[in-house]
Amino acid sequence: MASTPTLPPLLRESGQREVFCGLTSIVWLHRRMPDAFFLVVGSRTCAHLVQSAAGVMIFAEPRFGTAILGERDLAGLADANEELDRVVNDLLERRPEIRTLFLVGSCPSEVIKLDLAKAAERINTRMRGRVRVVNYSGSGIETTFTQGEDGALSALVPLLPSSDENQLLLVGTLADGVEDRFLTLFERLGIGPVRSLPPRQSTALPAVGPGTKLLLAQPFLSDTVRALERRGATRLPSPYPLGVEGSRAWMAAAAAAFGVDPNLVAEVLDPLVERGRRALAPLRRQLEGKRLFLMPDSQLEIPLARFLSRECGMELVEVGTPYLDRPLMAEELALLPEGTQLSEGQDLERQLERVRAARPDLVVCGLGIANPLEAEGIATKWSIELVFSPIHGIDQAADLAELFARPLHRRQLLKWN
Amino acid sequence: MELTLWTYEGPPHVGAMRIAASMEGLHYVLHAPQGDTYADLLFTMIERRDRRPPVTYTTFQARDLGGDTAELVKRSIQQAVDRFQPEALLVGESCTAELIQDQPGALAGGMNLGVPVVNLELPAYSKKENWGAAETLYQLCRTLLREQLPAPGTPRPSPDRWRAEGRRPRVNLLGPSLLGFRCRDDIKEIRGLLGEHGIDVNVVAPMGARPADLVRLPEADANVCLYPEVAGPLCSWLERQFGTPVVRTVPIGVGATRRFLAELSTVLDLEAPEANEADLRSRMPWYSRSVDSTYLTGKRVFIFADATHAIAAARIAADELGFTVVGLGTYSRELAREVRAAAKELGLEALITDDYLAVEKAMGEAAPELVLGTQMERHSAKRLGIPCAVISAPLHVQDVPARYAPQMGWEGANVIFDSWVHPLMMGLEEHLIGMFRHDFEFVEGHRSHLAEGAPPRQAAAHEPDVAAVAGSSMAAAANGTAAAGATATLAPPTVTEGTAVWSADGEAALRKIPFFVRGKVKTNTETFARDHGVAAITEEVLYDAKAHYSK
Repeated sequence: MASTPTLPPLLRESGQREVFCGLTSIVWLHRRMPDAFFLVVGSRTCAHLVQSAAGVMIFAEPRFGTAILGERDLAGLADANEELDRVVNDLLERRPEIRTLFLVGSCPSEVIKLDLAKAAERINTRMRGRVRVVNYSGSGIETTFTQGEDGALSALVPLLPSSDENQLLLVGTLADGVEDRFLTLFERLGIGPVRSLPPRQSTALPAVGPGTKLLLAQPFLSDTVRALERRGATRLPSPYPLGVEGSRAWMAAAAAAFGVDPNLVAEVLDPLVERGRRALAPLRRQLEGKRLFLMPDSQLEIPLARFLSRECGMELVEVGTPYLDRPLMAEELALLPEGTQLSEGQDLERQLERVRAARPDLVVCGLGIANPLEAEGIATKWSIELVFSPIHGIDQAADLAELFARPLHRRQLLKWN
Repeated sequence: MELTLWTYEGPPHVGAMRIAASMEGLHYVLHAPQGDTYADLLFTMIERRDRRPPVTYTTFQARDLGGDTAELVKRSIQQAVDRFQPEALLVGESCTAELIQDQPGALAGGMNLGVPVVNLELPAYSKKENWGAAETLYQLCRTLLREQLPAPGTPRPSPDRWRAEGRRPRVNLLGPSLLGFRCRDDIKEIRGLLGEHGIDVNVVAPMGARPADLVRLPEADANVCLYPEVAGPLCSWLERQFGTPVVRTVPIGVGATRRFLAELSTVLDLEAPEANEADLRSRMPWYSRSVDSTYLTGKRVFIFADATHAIAAARIAADELGFTVVGLGTYSRELAREVRAAAKELGLEALITDDYLAVEKAMGEAAPELVLGTQMERHSAKRLGIPCAVISAPLHVQDVPARYAPQMGWEGANVIFDSWVHPLMMGLEEHLIGMFRHDFEFVEGHRSHLAEGAPPRQAAAHEPDVAAVAGSSMAAAANGTAAAGATATLAPPTVTEGTAVWSADGEAALRKIPFFVRGKVKTNTETFARDHGVAAITEEVLYDAKAHYSK
């Protein structure tokens, strides 16, 4: 690994934040674990958020919903607990196939101190053997966007069986195709068994214990990692599997921990690296020298910035992140180019002033900002898509780069005279 | 606590945002937790706006709750006023802020901001989006017009004062807003219609208006209440305080547009419009009379929407297209009475609910051939295999089209004719599928004029009729008609308790009924069997029932 770069002081900002709350994580988690149901305990705003974010998906057999608090619930807490039991009973009666029920806390439920952990325990006792009830918070006051997944996964950690078996645990949601591909590659490297958290079935939870090595697929899993470490697991430090370089280092970290011969690693991965670089080349030509500004959204910003600068030749104007977990980001920070300006938190208006002053070639931002910036003549790439796309792994590096090249390419294509 | 899988309306502060974002020169400071900025996307993505909504959020986090959130509110207010220099300021809370009670409106009132401040009290746990929009518009106008309020006992201005003043009559168009259904083009259509009748537009609000424009509201000779959900309370208040008469007919549909013009000319003391104007100006009356439309007669239609669009749609469906309205409902509780009256005229009981499972269940039971509803009904209808057109908010991005697509006025009627008839099977195809059922391409439920028509193999493989009656497993389970239905494959028609058993030849005969009326035939036959104590439904029983109901 190269020597640690010198980075200017972190810009810590507070002010208006234009980000999603953790409830939004339901939008992808319900697909990863189809036998789970996510019941938000909150207000009409929470219900409106989830349906606005989930778009058309809400109309399939619903796997999430909101227990909307009414004025009666706000009057007294005991009443709210009874009401919650009633709603859960109704729901489970209608949907007997649900195996895991997530009670998801929201800002209103946190502010009135509705004890959902206790409620989950209570319902669990009653429903034992039929359905498992767990609780996490997706509230905006505590969590930002992808941190909701961190909450959901760390809520599952106490339910994992114990095992001392040597195994590799991939932590963080991966697209099915990407997960399968990683499993194939780990098999070629002779690493196994390999398991995933979250699993595809909420009842098929992987075991954890002192033999478990953790490879983080996503950078936003601070609480989950710490909970797994408390169960004896060891985290393998590595950059995240974005781009050719990050993905190779990620897999190599596992190989080193499992004592795989470096020659075998090179034999298995180097042809993929070479192919990946070839696929990246035309995209690099489009992105090279372009100036990039990332606004905070998912905590994917730093690994993305590392990939886009080192492998695609982009120049980094500012890399914003909603929350910076230094230990989990150490290997990524070490790979950033000299002088990269990082910012944590947000003061939206001031950050937009910096965007306008810098006139970057591409701004990665949320959908509340994207069209308004486009109207100002600034090209944008909306960031939420990165959480919904298969972007991990050496073979996906070109696809990941294409997500950023596409808006620039489109601007070249469109002509009005 | 209420289990909700889908909400027809957002919280009331989203209604307030709609007013702020629709207007110019108005800013909204919203005390809300981090994350509530999701609502910006409704405007930047669904309405595809090219600028951020004029909303400053305090976006407090858990760590702020230990400190002085009131100070955060004041800082946000001051920064918003300094940065955006609005003509007027809305200050309010979202649901979570309502719980911590910082009284942001009162705080703003004490800050000497130099602009009018409207303190919004929107109870998030009992009211919803449209109420929030209506209340915001009303409170805003009340604040801005306070100084102009006539002294008690001041005589009302005569609606025909325009004549004495030697000018054309002028009206306000009230209610159009962002996230309303086709408001952008409705305004253009109605403005044109009024212009042709010698009527000027004084102020359109909230869409496109500035606070300074709202100050001119009393200068109009009449208020046109285009969207009662948003402008109803304001129009009533202006009538009470300033004596401005209100035109309450909503000009959606040919008949309604005529009644609208008639009401307007009465109010303004204008000459009545020509009797044949509709035929001259809209193609819809001729299209609907032309023989190609004969097959539309008696098509069963289910309508669920906001009150304004539901009532208008019911009239158009029954009087102008010759459909049979088999269900009418709304989620607008504030206007439930009006919808109940409209339903009664059609011999129906109105469905007043905001529970989408209840709507889906009612839809399944009514077994319509066409659904006119909101974005949500589009998907329930898809699940039940019924053609559907969207007539009201909540809407999605495809219902904010680039093309001119009003619902109101003469052109609105043209748009409605096209968009409602389009999802139905075309006449020739309907005949041919009724005659020949063994085709390899044009199979059951296939609508070849729709690229996305029912996939042939799938349509042939399962039974859309049963789906149409039993509905989704969830709706069915809620209904108590199916035992804990976990699967989407639906039980055969024989399981429902208390229902006669279908014999093999009965089922074969049922399958010969064209698929879009099969659901109704099935229900009718079962009802007939039950009423006549028939235990097994044979082919003959089906024909008995057919004859019985054709009487």
